[in-house]
Amino acid sequence: MSAAVIARGTAASRIAAIAVAAIISLLALAPQFLSAGAVDRMTALFIYVILAAMWNALAGFGGLVSVGQQVFFGLGAYFTIRLANAGLNPFVSLFVSAVVVGAVSWPISLFMLRLKNGEFAIGMWVIAALTHLLVNLDRLVQGETGTSLISLNVYDASTRRLTIYWLALASMAALLAVLFGLLRGSTGAAIRAIRDNEDAAASVGVRVTGTKRLLFVLAAFGIGVAGALWLATAITFQPKTYFNVQWTAYMIFMVLVGGIGTFEGAILGALLFFLIETWFGGAGVWYLIGLGATALVFSLLLPRGLWGTLEERFGWRLLSVGYRVRLPGIAENPAGAIAAPAQSATSREKA
Amino acid sequence: MNASPNGAILSAAGIHKRFGALVVLDDVDFAMGADEAVGIVGPNGAGKTTLLSVLSGAYPPSAGTIAFKGGDVTALPATQRCRLGLVRTHQVPKPFGGMTAFENVFVAASHGAGLGRDEAYEEALASLKLCGMLGVANRRAETLGLLDRKRLELARALAAKPTLLLLDEIGGGLTDGEAGELVETIRELRRRQIGIVWIEHIVHILLQVAERLICMDAGRIIADGDPQAVMADPQVIGAYLGGGPK
Repeated sequence: MSAAVIARGTAASRIAAIAVAAIISLLALAPQFLSAGAVDRMTALFIYVILAAMWNALAGFGGLVSVGQQVFFGLGAYFTIRLANAGLNPFVSLFVSAVVVGAVSWPISLFMLRLKNGEFAIGMWVIAALTHLLVNLDRLVQGETGTSLISLNVYDASTRRLTIYWLALASMAALLAVLFGLLRGSTGAAIRAIRDNEDAAASVGVRVTGTKRLLFVLAAFGIGVAGALWLATAITFQPKTYFNVQWTAYMIFMVLVGGIGTFEGAILGALLFFLIETWFGGAGVWYLIGLGATALVFSLLLPRGLWGTLEERFGWRLLSVGYRVRLPGIAENPAGAIAAPAQSATSREKA
Repeated sequence: MNASPNGAILSAAGIHKRFGALVVLDDVDFAMGADEAVGIVGPNGAGKTTLLSVLSGAYPPSAGTIAFKGGDVTALPATQRCRLGLVRTHQVPKPFGGMTAFENVFVAASHGAGLGRDEAYEEALASLKLCGMLGVANRRAETLGLLDRKRLELARALAAKPTLLLLDEIGGGLTDGEAGELVETIRELRRRQIGIVWIEHIVHILLQVAERLICMDAGRIIADGDPQAVMADPQVIGAYLGGGPK
């Protein structure tokens, strides 16, 4: 047998793992040094990261492009309202709600996963619109008048702000960890195989439908957490705000700009989106035009997104879920090929 | 219904496949032993690839039954048949384009063969090595040329640890040297007691491996037996040249 070794990480990725742990610890301490407004903004950032990571897992890794993920965002908020109204502690409600969202997504997956590509994408939008209408029928919600998570009012503003900040940070860290573990394992390889060719995946023993369902439900749960957390920061619940397709548009923007199909890309995209919103969010309609133009420029010039481009050009792999074969005595070039002629040609081109 | 003769690992009985009004397989009976190497030839449109797809579970037959290892697998999807050891390659390679060659093969080893992580690594590397693909193990499959894609098809199917391998035109477009390597690889599989069904247009390659030859035409098996005898069969010659005796 060859003495080839399978490498999962690089020196850079081990440093990255430590850096991620350090950043999360620092973020946990950060509220002591931040203004109330900044704490709220950071909470929003954590929610954006969750949204981007979940949409990226679904579309970038699993090939399940959906433009209806706002359905789970809205339901996350809606079930929180319902559970809190039934007397459950509002903070506990946030997470029980997300579990309910995951449970609801399972029967939805039974028929939605039969659809392919564009049909699935638009079908999810239809599901979102339909769910929006159903939620409007609930008397508690009072149609588009909406309602509030009033039971949060028993906590003073500062406690509330900090608790939600920490819950959002913890949720983000936990969901990223779960996602990374899943995508890095053999199930992750199956997920990517299904994305690339479903028939071929089935022909080599991958359980296609079950694997897609797992990913779909996990993404629904994660986006449910995000919706519930958003409600906790905003307090008010108006269905049209939460079931708005703009949420999925933001997810797509973050993932496309950051780098679809790379774990780092979604996080980077969320950070960029957050900065753009922070700096230009006040510019009204021009802000939206700017977002659209940015997305357009990226999809035309950098279709792999920022991280995807950097990864390809410099061989950067920080939170990589891939596998590298190391053969003894053969040096690897940055693009990851083992001294293959075609690749060295491209390297020359770039040099 | 169980038409499998004693000792047959794979048997198909009364297989029909229709796509709308088009009859692609018309009452095909086929059985083979675990240690056989069967070649399938026939003109384009004879139904060879469709037969392979029906045997592998890519789609169900319109009528008929398929048994593998003594059990009826007619209703089993491709995933399950692969896990039982019945694995195919695709005529037009279907690589997982965004994944490296190694990852392509690793998926088959961990899901198809059901191996744990380290064993799956070993199996994947061994399959790549056997097919001469170690040098491009880290290349994304979409960057590979046709020859390497065909090799990858074979390597990936092998990593699923088949007991019976269904090959669909993996020799097409090869130079003589490349074809020689391919024949060596297939012979190595024979030494490992892997049964082979191989569809191939390049008959002289096929005959270096096949101990039995089947010729299909218009959705039917028109000849089956010793390769030289089949090639000399007037019906077979007629099918290729047209207008022969029916």
